[in-house]
Amino acid sequence: MAPVFMQKRCGIRNGESNLPSRVDRHTIEVECAGTAETRTGERHSTFQLLLKRHVLALCALLALAASCFGQDWIRTGTGLGVEKVRLAVADFKASNQDPKNAELLKTFNDTLWNDLDNAGIFDMVSKSFYPLTVVGGPTDIKFESWNVPPPNAAMLAFGNLGVSGANVVVQGWLYDVKNIASPQVLGKQYSDAATPEAARTIAHKFANEIIFRLGGGIAGIAESKIYFVSNRTGHKEIWAMDYDGANQHALTNLGTISLSPRISPDGSRLAFSSLTKAGWEILMYSIDLGRLVSFPRYGGVNLSPAWTSDGTRLAFSSSRSGDPEIYVVDASGSNLKRITSFKGPDVSPVWNRKTSAQIAWVSGRTGLPQIYIMDADGTNVQRMTDQGYAVSPSWSPNGQFLAFSWIRHYGPGAPGSQDIYIMDIASQQWVQLTHDGGKNDFPSWSPDGRHIIFQSNRTGSLQIWTMLADGTGQKQLTTSGSNTQPNWSWQ
Amino acid sequence: MKQRRLKWMTLVLALGAIMVLGACKKKVAPPPPPPPPPPAAPTASLTASPNTVEKGQAVTLTWETTNATDVSIDGIGSVQASGSQQVTPSESTTYHLTAKGAGGSQEATARVTVNAPPPPPPAPSPTEEELFSRNVQDIYFDYDKADVRADQQSALQGDIAFLKEHAGISFTVEGHCDERGSTEYNLALGDNRANAVKSALVQGGISADRVKTISYGKEKPFCSESSESCWQQNRRGHFVYQK
Repeated sequence: MAPVFMQKRCGIRNGESNLPSRVDRHTIEVECAGTAETRTGERHSTFQLLLKRHVLALCALLALAASCFGQDWIRTGTGLGVEKVRLAVADFKASNQDPKNAELLKTFNDTLWNDLDNAGIFDMVSKSFYPLTVVGGPTDIKFESWNVPPPNAAMLAFGNLGVSGANVVVQGWLYDVKNIASPQVLGKQYSDAATPEAARTIAHKFANEIIFRLGGGIAGIAESKIYFVSNRTGHKEIWAMDYDGANQHALTNLGTISLSPRISPDGSRLAFSSLTKAGWEILMYSIDLGRLVSFPRYGGVNLSPAWTSDGTRLAFSSSRSGDPEIYVVDASGSNLKRITSFKGPDVSPVWNRKTSAQIAWVSGRTGLPQIYIMDADGTNVQRMTDQGYAVSPSWSPNGQFLAFSWIRHYGPGAPGSQDIYIMDIASQQWVQLTHDGGKNDFPSWSPDGRHIIFQSNRTGSLQIWTMLADGTGQKQLTTSGSNTQPNWSWQ
Repeated sequence: MKQRRLKWMTLVLALGAIMVLGACKKKVAPPPPPPPPPPAAPTASLTASPNTVEKGQAVTLTWETTNATDVSIDGIGSVQASGSQQVTPSESTTYHLTAKGAGGSQEATARVTVNAPPPPPPAPSPTEEELFSRNVQDIYFDYDKADVRADQQSALQGDIAFLKEHAGISFTVEGHCDERGSTEYNLALGDNRANAVKSALVQGGISADRVKTISYGKEKPFCSESSESCWQQNRRGHFVYQK
């Protein structure tokens, strides 16, 4: 009923001029600016008055309103009508009689389907529409059974897999089934050890090829990794997993509290903060060596490291001078420079991933934490959020957006849900991505800028979720223990 | 025949003589009536078991009297003629029973030795650590704030006074935050809180090198409910004695 009075307050927060170029297939949501206070406070007496005079009329109005507005936010934007490529993915066929084929085929087919489905750029044709003949190679294709309804596919991925000895060989094709004269878009052959892990890897690689070809030349993310904090061993340690939640495993075993993992752009090192005997310090873990490598101890509380996109410098928060401030240091730990000087917490810096010339961070200098940006030398400070409690910025790969966590309506009586938002930095216009309750925090962009991973306690425990950068396709990736602060690899 | 008759006569005479003589003697000396017996003197006994105890342990007093009408034990009062009772003397005591009766009075005593409790081992001159945890009060904060609020001043002044008196103590101030808000920001905020307490102590004259600070953010809450009273418990500068 509330939105009766909200119609005029609903504004489109994202105009044509500042559309996200890389998420142009995604919808942009609009948040109606009407607030709970407006609905229940100022308007209350009006309600009563109306109620007395026009009971029946009002009832009719409310009923109408209630039926029209099932939720208090609506989705709008551009690209809503843009058709996604309609992609059929036939289960790969065994190319020989090896008994290990079945297991690897299952892994391969599931992985390939999920990767393409997760990509968010395809309209996946349901397998129930597929012709019954199994497709193992180009000669098996009957175009007319794919390119007309019901499958009505534009593209078809297919191929075969065969184990021979210790190796598995996979052949995969991508066909433009509406272009019968010259259908082949892609033809690939892979060979690897005959293990389910290798079958997963091959499926990721083939999916990435397809996504790269059909998704505007942006590399797929099927081989990317997520680093996060998990308390499954009884302590908060740094863990890693594949982008789809597979292969969850611990990296550290420090038995203390380790937080804020940040993988280097080349994927070789992981910086994080950990409670050492000397206090909170930045630690450096080598992915290649599988152990900690040396990094200086600065004293004070040292938190939230962040890499430049060339991997040569880190920004982090340190209170070595007595108050938490943002510092910049070389990746070796030398040349420490302080770049902020505000009383109150300054924490969670992130670099502009496109230019490495700006830093966004969280400052509590005016009270509740807000997101700010500044040049990398500390000048040109600009406040980005205007109210509430805003934390955990993550800069998009194209440099254009900040994702962050925001309790917009903050204070007694306010709803207080904590949601993921993205903001167009140039215009400071924002859209809300999560609406499903709970506390949603620590967004991190995927390498292709099409996805955001975050933590949410909406199911009752803190878990890691992934979604498309328009807020759709939300999916839980972890279930065991409490899992927080996900950080997506750069490639 | 004559002789047999004589025998009979002699026997009869003898018997008669015996009977007559016996009867006559009684009549000659009737015994005087016995005097009423004098009232018996009361008897009394009192025992304590065990007769040596540690302070605080109970002792059973058991007594028996005879020929007494009024029995009392000092400190307990009138009691039954016989009985037992538990007592817990606080120091060595001689229990004194008096049994009074028509035949006089009788007393009995029992001595209970109470050993002083073993001197409380390390005689309670509390350690500095105990004094510290007994006297030093944590400082509580408002939501998202790191300044020492007015109602915490008395706790703070008390802490300063104690820490001045015990100048040898080094300690850590832990900054804690409630569960709301974000992990990284709360660690920075907790750091601000710990440092706010430290600088207030230093201003009050406590040497800065006695004070370490650390932030736990919301990582080690004292209380884990989602309520304001619990949140307030978690928004604090917590003092920890440093060995």
